[in-house]
Amino acid sequence: MYWNMNPRDVMAELERMQRDYQQPLDQNPSIRGNGRSRFPALNVGGTPESVEIYAFAPGLDPATIELLLDRGVLTLAGERASELPADERRTAVHIGERFSGRFRRVVNLPEDADPESVSASYRDGVLHVSVRRRVAATPRRISVE
Amino acid sequence: MSKHSAEQATQQTIVPPVDVMEDSGGITLVADLPGVPKEGLQLHVESDQLTIEGIARLEGPPGLQLTHQEVPALHYRRVFTLSKELDPEQVTAVFEHGVLRLRIPRVQQARPRRIQIQVG
Repeated sequence: MYWNMNPRDVMAELERMQRDYQQPLDQNPSIRGNGRSRFPALNVGGTPESVEIYAFAPGLDPATIELLLDRGVLTLAGERASELPADERRTAVHIGERFSGRFRRVVNLPEDADPESVSASYRDGVLHVSVRRRVAATPRRISVE
Repeated sequence: MSKHSAEQATQQTIVPPVDVMEDSGGITLVADLPGVPKEGLQLHVESDQLTIEGIARLEGPPGLQLTHQEVPALHYRRVFTLSKELDPEQVTAVFEHGVLRLRIPRVQQARPRRIQIQVG
C-alpha cells in the first residue's frame, strides 16, 4: 500500500484514505493490476498526436529511473531511499507516510503508440513521458465516390 | 493551458504525505509535493499553525485529455500545529525534485540559572 502499515498518525491516515476513496473507481483494472495506491501515482492522457504519461515520483535521482518500452508496455521502475532514521532511540518518528523502497509501475500503451518516438523528462519530481502516435492512426475523412 | 493544470487545481486539494522526525535539536519534516515548482510553493507560519501549500504545474500539449487519473488535483495543502518549544522564526527549508525538507529548531533554552532558596 501507499501508506505505512503501522500508522503513527491516525488522522493523517484517515485523510489519505478519504482522498483515495474520492478518486473514481477503476471499472476495468488491467491484468497487470491497477496499482491505485502504489508509488508513483500515474496520470495518463493523450491528444490525437501523442500519449502523455505523468508519474508523480518526487525525490529521485533522474539517472536511476529505469524506463523500458517493450511491445507496447511501458515499465517504470526504481528505488526511493527512506529518510526515516535507522535508530529511533535518538530520533523519534512521529509521522512516516512517505513511500520508500523499490517500485515498479506498468502502463499499456495504445496500439498506435510509436515506440521509436518517445521522450522523457524529470522535472520538479514528476516524470513526464510523451509517446507520439503513428501518423497513419490519425483519423482522416474518406471521400465516397 | 491544458485541462490538466488550470481547472482541476481549484477543485480540491491533496494532502501530501509527510515524514516527521524529532531529535533533541528540533523537528525535521519531509513532504512530497511532486510537480510543484519553487515559485509554486508557499510556507506560512501564523501563531502556532504551519501551512504548507503548493500548486503543481505540469507541461503538456494543448488539448490533452486525461484518461486515467490517480492524482485528482494539482493543489497540495496541509496544516500542522506547532508546539511552544519550537521556534518558527528559525525554520529552514530546502525544496528539490518535489521534496520539501523543513527543519524547525527548538527555542534556545534559557541558560540554566541558580535559584536562590530563601531560608525563612
